[in-house]
Amino acid sequence: MKIVIIDYGAGNTANVKNAFEKLGAAVTISSSEAVWKNADALVLPGVGVFGAAMKRLNGKCDAIVKLISDGKPFLGICLGMQLLLEKSEESDGVQGLGVLVGEVKKFRGKLPVPQIGWNKVEFQKSSLPQGLKNFYGYFANSYYCEPKDNSWVAATTDYGVKFPSVFRQKNIFATQFHPEKSGELGLKFLKNFIREVKQ
Amino acid sequence: MLCKSMWSNTTSPIVRSDRTMDHKSDIRFVGLEISKISKRIIPCLDVKDARVVKGTNFNNLQDAGDAVALAKFYYQQGADELVFLDISASSELRKTAVELVRKVAKEIFIPFTIGGGIRTIEDIEQLLKAGADKVSINTAAIENPNLIKEAAKEFGSQAIVVAIDAKRIGSKWSVYAYGGKKETQLDAVSWAKKAEELGAGELLLTSIDCDGTKKGFDIELTNKVSRSVNVPVIASGGAGKKEDFLDVFQKTNATAVLAASLFHYRELSISELKKYLKENGVDIRES
Repeated sequence: MKIVIIDYGAGNTANVKNAFEKLGAAVTISSSEAVWKNADALVLPGVGVFGAAMKRLNGKCDAIVKLISDGKPFLGICLGMQLLLEKSEESDGVQGLGVLVGEVKKFRGKLPVPQIGWNKVEFQKSSLPQGLKNFYGYFANSYYCEPKDNSWVAATTDYGVKFPSVFRQKNIFATQFHPEKSGELGLKFLKNFIREVKQ
Repeated sequence: MLCKSMWSNTTSPIVRSDRTMDHKSDIRFVGLEISKISKRIIPCLDVKDARVVKGTNFNNLQDAGDAVALAKFYYQQGADELVFLDISASSELRKTAVELVRKVAKEIFIPFTIGGGIRTIEDIEQLLKAGADKVSINTAAIENPNLIKEAAKEFGSQAIVVAIDAKRIGSKWSVYAYGGKKETQLDAVSWAKKAEELGAGELLLTSIDCDGTKKGFDIELTNKVSRSVNVPVIASGGAGKKEDFLDVFQKTNATAVLAASLFHYRELSISELKKYLKENGVDIRES
C-alpha cells in the first residue's frame, strides 16, 4: 500500500505519516504530480487558513481534482476536507477545489471557537465502519462544511450546530476531525480506509 | 506549569476554597457552555534528558524511567492527551526535547503538549514540526506577551497553551514565573483574559497552593479563571483522589484536568478514573 501525502507546506504531515506507518503502509510526502499519480491513495492534510492553503495549491488544483474524479482513493483531513468545497467564509473570494457543491461556514454560537477537543462522531447506520459505534474524534476547527446536498455525509457531530464530520462518496473520504490524533479508534478509522482502498 | 510537588517544601499556608459556589444562581451555567466537548484527563510527565523524573521533592529527583514508554502506557490506558514538561530546558537540552517529541509522535496517537523553557517562535516551530500538537508557554509569555500573539498567528491558537502558575495572596491570586520562584505583578484572572485576547487557545492553570497537597483542586481559583475566559481551562495541582476530579468538573468550567504523581505512582489508573467520572454523569470519551 503506497500512501502519498500531498505536500503543500501546510501543517501537520509528520503525524499523518506516523499514523499510516504504524498501520504498515508505505508513506511518501510529496509535492510532485507524478508521485501523486502513482499512489494507491492520496491524503490531503491541512492545518491553517483556507485562502492560504488554496494559494499554496495554486497551479496544482486541476491535477488534484482530475485524480479525484478519475477515481483515485482520496482522504481529506480537517482543512483538507473543507478544501473540497467551493468556498469558505474564512477567505472571501477564494475558490476551493469545488469537488463538492457547498460552502465552509464559521461556528456561530455560544460555544468557544475554535472547537478543541474530543467530540462524538455519529455515523449514519448505513456507513458505520466496523467498531466505531462509540467514536470520539479529536477536533481543532473554527469552520465546518455545509454541502448543498447531504448525500456525501457519512457522519455528523454536534457543536451547537450539527455539521458533517465525515464525507464518503465512492473513492472520496474526508474527516473534519484528526484521525491520526484520535487514539486507537482513530487508527481503526484509517485502517478501514486502507481496507477500502485495497478492495 | 507545574506537574508535581514542587511546592511541598514551601512554607506558605495552603489556602483552600470553601468548595461552595460564589453565587447559587451560577450553578445552572456550570459546564453548559462547553458541554459538547468531552472532558479530558491529562497525565503530565516531567522529563529531563528524555527520562521521566518524579518524586515528592523537586530538588531530589528520582529517575523513574523512559518517557516514551510511560507515554505509551498512558495512551493505552485511555489518556485523552499528554503533557510533557521539560524541566531541564536549557538551550543545550532543547535538542533532546525535539528528539523526545519525535519519538513520542511515532508511538502515541493522541494530542500532546510540550512545555518548559520555550522562549522563541523558532523553539515552537521546531517542536511542532517534530510532531507536538501544542506547546505550553509560561515565563516567556509573561516577559513578552507578544510571543503569544505571534505564535498564534503563525501556528494557530489551537497549538498555543499558556501556562499560569497562581498563588493566593489575600483575596486574589498572583501569577508566578520561573517555575514558581518569582512573583510577578500580574493578577491571575486578568492575565488569563489577556492571554486569551492575545491568542492563547487554552490555559493550563496550576494552583501553587494546592500542588502536591493531594487535597483537591483549587475550586475557587479554577472557577474564577474558567468563568472569565471562553477558551478551555485545564485545572492542575492538588489531585489526590477520583472525587477531586468530579468536584472540579461539577463546580467549575474547567474542561480538562492534569495530574502527575497520582498516575505515576499507580494510586489511580486513568481507566478507573474515567469509568468513575462517566458513572457520575461526566461526558468522557470512550476508548
